[in-house]
This record gives sequence, structure tokens and C-alpha cells, in this order.
Amino acid sequence: MTMYNLTTDQRVDEALANNFLRQATRRATDRLRNNKYKASEELGNWEQWRSAGESIRKHVISNLDFYLNQLIEQMEQRGVHVHLAKTPADAVGIVRNIVREHDAKNVLKSKSMISEEIHLNHALEEDGVAVVETDLGEYIIQIAGEPPSHIIVPAMHKTRQQVADLFEPIAGYALSSDTPTLTRFVRIQMREQFLRGDIGITGCNFAVADTGSIVMVTNEGNGRMVSTLPRVQITLMGMERIVPSFRELDVMLNLLARSATGQRLSSYTTILTPPKKTADSDGPEEYHLVILDHNRSEILGDKLFRTALNCIRCGACFNVCPVYRQLGGHAYGSVYSGPIGSVITPLLEKDWKKWGHLPYFSSLCGACSEACPVRIPLHDLLVKLRMRKTQSGHTPQVEQQIFKAYRYFFTREKTLRRALRLGAHLQWPFVRNHRISGGPPPLSNWTKSRTLPMVAPKPFMQVWADLNNKR
Amino acid sequence: MKVSLFATCLTNAFYPEVDLTMAKILKHLGHTIDVPEGQVCCGQIAFNSGYVDDAREVARTLINSFERSEVVVGPSGSCIAMIHHYYPTLFENEPVYLKKAEDLINKSYEFTQFIVDVLKKPDLGAHYSAKATYHPSCHATRLLGIGEAPLKLLQNVKGLELVPLPEAQLCCGFGGTFSVKMPKISEAMVAEKAEHVLESGADILLGLDMGCLMNISGYLEKINKPVKTMHIIQLLGEGMKS
Repeated sequence: MTMYNLTTDQRVDEALANNFLRQATRRATDRLRNNKYKASEELGNWEQWRSAGESIRKHVISNLDFYLNQLIEQMEQRGVHVHLAKTPADAVGIVRNIVREHDAKNVLKSKSMISEEIHLNHALEEDGVAVVETDLGEYIIQIAGEPPSHIIVPAMHKTRQQVADLFEPIAGYALSSDTPTLTRFVRIQMREQFLRGDIGITGCNFAVADTGSIVMVTNEGNGRMVSTLPRVQITLMGMERIVPSFRELDVMLNLLARSATGQRLSSYTTILTPPKKTADSDGPEEYHLVILDHNRSEILGDKLFRTALNCIRCGACFNVCPVYRQLGGHAYGSVYSGPIGSVITPLLEKDWKKWGHLPYFSSLCGACSEACPVRIPLHDLLVKLRMRKTQSGHTPQVEQQIFKAYRYFFTREKTLRRALRLGAHLQWPFVRNHRISGGPPPLSNWTKSRTLPMVAPKPFMQVWADLNNKR
Repeated sequence: MKVSLFATCLTNAFYPEVDLTMAKILKHLGHTIDVPEGQVCCGQIAFNSGYVDDAREVARTLINSFERSEVVVGPSGSCIAMIHHYYPTLFENEPVYLKKAEDLINKSYEFTQFIVDVLKKPDLGAHYSAKATYHPSCHATRLLGIGEAPLKLLQNVKGLELVPLPEAQLCCGFGGTFSVKMPKISEAMVAEKAEHVLESGADILLGLDMGCLMNISGYLEKINKPVKTMHIIQLLGEGMKS
């Protein structure tokens, strides 16, 4: 995964130089955004739905201990093995052990962002296990060795031709790049894989606490194959992914499907209440639920950032973000990209050196907060992350000095007036055609791509004072 | 009414004519204008960069300077949004200033909002013959909920043809310090905005925030596709002269 070795700046350069990627991102996000708009407007009272979603999520997060216990109790009563993983390494260890115990050689996966978060595939492959991503998009990026570029549409950045080229070594012949050929190829591949799978690993969109059910929304049906064919199943879930009961699930499924892809309901909504009962004709006999913390408990206890846990991973914020629109997902460098990724990655990973750039991947335009179906104030959270980073001393010295100077002059209007008039004299070396150009950084960061107007000979405050003195 | 002007740091330093025109328009409407000394900036530059303590000091200065004002009007959706949207958080642990901040919130308005929603004067009798498009700045739209006010003012300008700006909802890439902290991303964003401005076929780009306009016009000038850029205040001011 080469992108992990690049600096933020290099990743941004790479993304901005990739016109295809940018066009594809524009097109895909526009389509998703417009579909979402239609699907939410047709309800006629979207704001009420958002309010309902927001209050359900707030209620769950405020009572997470209760609902987690309820879920675990329900699951364990029926013989599900529940595992609590504090760290990604713990979660990987748990899955590895289950795979080893069963001497499993072939593991099938349906889409799971948690498995990306804990970098599961890599670990299992190291153990000599064949891991097959059965979601089309995930399958493509698995072959390419890349992380997802969008949480809903992981291979959004690939052309059909690129996909055909990726498939060629597996097929042993060149495939034409038309969609039916490509999907037929994958379907044949997958059919064989499904029959060979020893263990199925799935994600979890919602866990219903009072019935102990796992809900997955998919559009390809692969989730159903993964959760019915193998004898053993593992479901990975983030600890916050809970709804109290089916009543709330109804609201959340509407919000999720409509916000993610503009569907009223995704093609498949799979509700599992495992494990298989004697009378059931199919389904796993052995079921493991792995619940990942990975600093979520800490976020829960942090009143500034708790709302970040309300996210239902619909990706609506990606599709309206003007920064994501220009860059796509890989420039962020993180598994979760887009606005929500910029919020949760620094909180989950707790490493300013590695993830300190993310809160600045936003012009704070607020489109993300406006799009969020559960009203997470995403751009406010980004500001708060900048605050936290600043207060913990992780911002550059120069920047700290600049803001000290800012504080000095911008609390002394008369002094600033004099400084501005001085500036109006000092700017001349940089003036061309009545505009400021060139100059030292950070000024040059502006003037490289834009002209800057000249500082006015007299600031307005002086203009006004002079006008009144004349009277 | 006695109207206090919030000159905003950007217009004060770079575009004093915008502040001055705002004063003239309000005076023309029969109001007494006052520009309290000591005012500088809403503090957003520091706040959005995470320097909350510095922002708070600057915000206090602003609050103090308008303490005795009846009503405060500024030529920027973003600066007014900073006051309305973030001052309550900024002063959540300081009851005295929180109260003062709330007073300021209750009496402060962005210019178009004030003219249309408070003064109920959507028609200023201005004439201006041109084909123009309007960029709805993000903070004005999303944080202050300003939608119709600027459009109403513009629709009443005789001779002005308003053409739609494609993908108008997209941020122009200014974002205050974002433009210099993340210059490449910012440039990509303003490049797309410029594309849409040119696509609109307008001769004039209008807006209600000089930050956004400085960014877009600066880029258009740099690529030698200058489109005349005006604050709504400037257009109205010109239009009311005739």
C-alpha cells in the first residue's frame, strides 16, 4: 500500500494531478448527492426524520453501557460467542484464533469498515489464509492492494478498464471492459469462493439490542451468501453501532439508505438473529460477535467529541464535501476519509504526528454538517480538533507566533490603524499592476495562485475618523 | 434608528469603500451611523485555526466596542456567523461575557439581512445594467440561514439580469486561513468555482463576503480571465447614485 509511505503533501499532489480520479469523484459524488436529495425530499419532512435520527443516536450513545449489556446478554443466551476487543490488535487476535481453531483456509468477507480499521486482511494473509472480499468494490481494491477511497463506494476511483486490467491475471486472459463482462467474471469467481468458504466475516450496520440481532445493508446479496454458507461466522462491529429495538431500526434504516445511495431501502437488508436454530435450513452453527472499542470509550467520555459516535457511516458528508470532491479518499491517508474520517481518525488513532493534518482538510464550509442525517456538527468538530491540537502544543511555532501577533494587533484598533498605514507603504516592493504578488510564505501560499489587493492607503476606521473630523 | 457599523478586519484593511458605501446606504435610508472605535475583528481567524484563547481576547474587544450600540450591521455573513454561531461556545465558561455575547447576537445582522428582514426595504431603487451571477457564501447560507435576502435586493435592481451560478452551493475554497494553510486544495477548489463563474456567462460576480470574492477574483485575475467582482453593497451603492 504505497500511499501509506507518502507524506500528506505528496498524497495531495498525487490526487490533484490525477484528473481521472477527480472527474470520477466529481461524477460519483454528484450522483450520490442528487439521489440523496431526491430520496430525502420525497419524505416531505426530512428535517423531522433527521431530528428523530439525532435523538435516537444521542439516546443510544448516552446509554451505551445499558444497550451493550442487553445486546451481549441476548446474544450469549442463544449461544453466540461475544468477544470484546479493546484495541485493533485485540480484535485481530480474536479473529486469528477463531480461524486457527477451525483450521480454516478460506475466509469470505462481506463489506466491513471495522475490518479495514483493524487491517484484518493483511494479518490473516500472513497466517496463510485466503481472504476473499465478496463485495465488488472491496474485491477490486483488495486486488489492487489499496484502501477504500469512499466508505460506501470503495472502488469509486477505478475505471472499468483499470478493473479489467486488475482482473486479467486472475482470469488468465484479457477481459473486455464492459460492465456485464466484468460483473459476470466476478460472479463466477464468487460462486466458487462461496462454496469453498470455511468462515464468513461480515460487518454490522446496526445491532438491535433487545432482540440481539445483527443488521446488514448491502446491494449485491453477497452479505447473505457470506452469512449463510460457511458453518462459522464472525461479525465485526464498532461498539457504538446499536439501536435499542426494531422501532428505532426503522428510522435508522430509512436515514441510512436514503442518505447513502438515495435508495428507499438498500437491495438487501439482512437481519440475523444468530446462531442457526435447529429448524433453520441454513445459517452458521457457530457465531462470533467481535465488538471493537479502539478508543471509542474515550470518545464517549469526551463531551467535546461524543457526537462523533452518532455517525451511521452513510457517507453523505463525503458527497457534499468540496475538499473530498477535489481529492478523493486516498489523499487523506486514513481508512476513513471525507469529513467524518477527518473527525474520527485523530480521535481513534490518537496520533497527532500521523493524523494531525486531517482536521485541516476542510474549508469549514459546513456542507457536511448540513448533509448529516443525524445532525453531527462535523465542521464544528473539526474546529474543536484544531483547538485540541493547538492546546496540546502540536502546531508549528511560527503559527503560534503569528497568532500571538494577531492577538496583539487585533485587540488594539489604534495600533492596528498605524500598522496598516505602515503596511500600505511597505507593500510597494510586492506590488505589480495594483496587486500584491510574490512575497514570503505564508503570503506566497496565497499569491502563487491568486492576486491579492493592495492594503488600502487608509483603513476604513481612519477614513471614517477623518470624515467626522472635517464636519 | 442609530446603526453601528461593524467594519470587519478584511474590508477595513483592503476594501474600505465597501464599509463606506454601507454607511452611505444606511444613511440614505434615514439612519444615524456610528462606527464605534476599538472594534477590529470577530476573532474567526484564530478561532478556526484552533487558537481559542487568542480568539477570545479579540472577541472580547469586539463585544466591548459594541456594548452601547442599539443595532450592529456588518458587510459579511462569515463575521456575523462567527458571532452568532461560535460566541456562545467561546464564552460558555464566562457568564459575564456570555451575557454580553448574547446581547451582541441579538442585535447584530449581516447587511442584506438587516435591509430586507429588519428594515423591510428590499427595493432600494437602484439601477444597474449588467448580467450578473451571485455566489451564496457558505457561512451566510449555512450558519446564518440567509437565503432570500440578497436575492430580493438584487431582483429589485432595475436593469440587472441575474443568471444562475452552476453548483453555487460549492465552497470557493477561501476558508480564511485554509487558503494559506492548505493552498493546493484551496486552489483546486477556487479553480472549480472560477470554472462555474465563467460558465454562467455573467459579466459581474456578486457576493456578500469580501473574503470569498477576494479569493475568486484573485484566481480569475491570475488566470487572466478577469470577471468584475463586486460586493452587493458596491453594486447597490453604484446603482443608487443614478
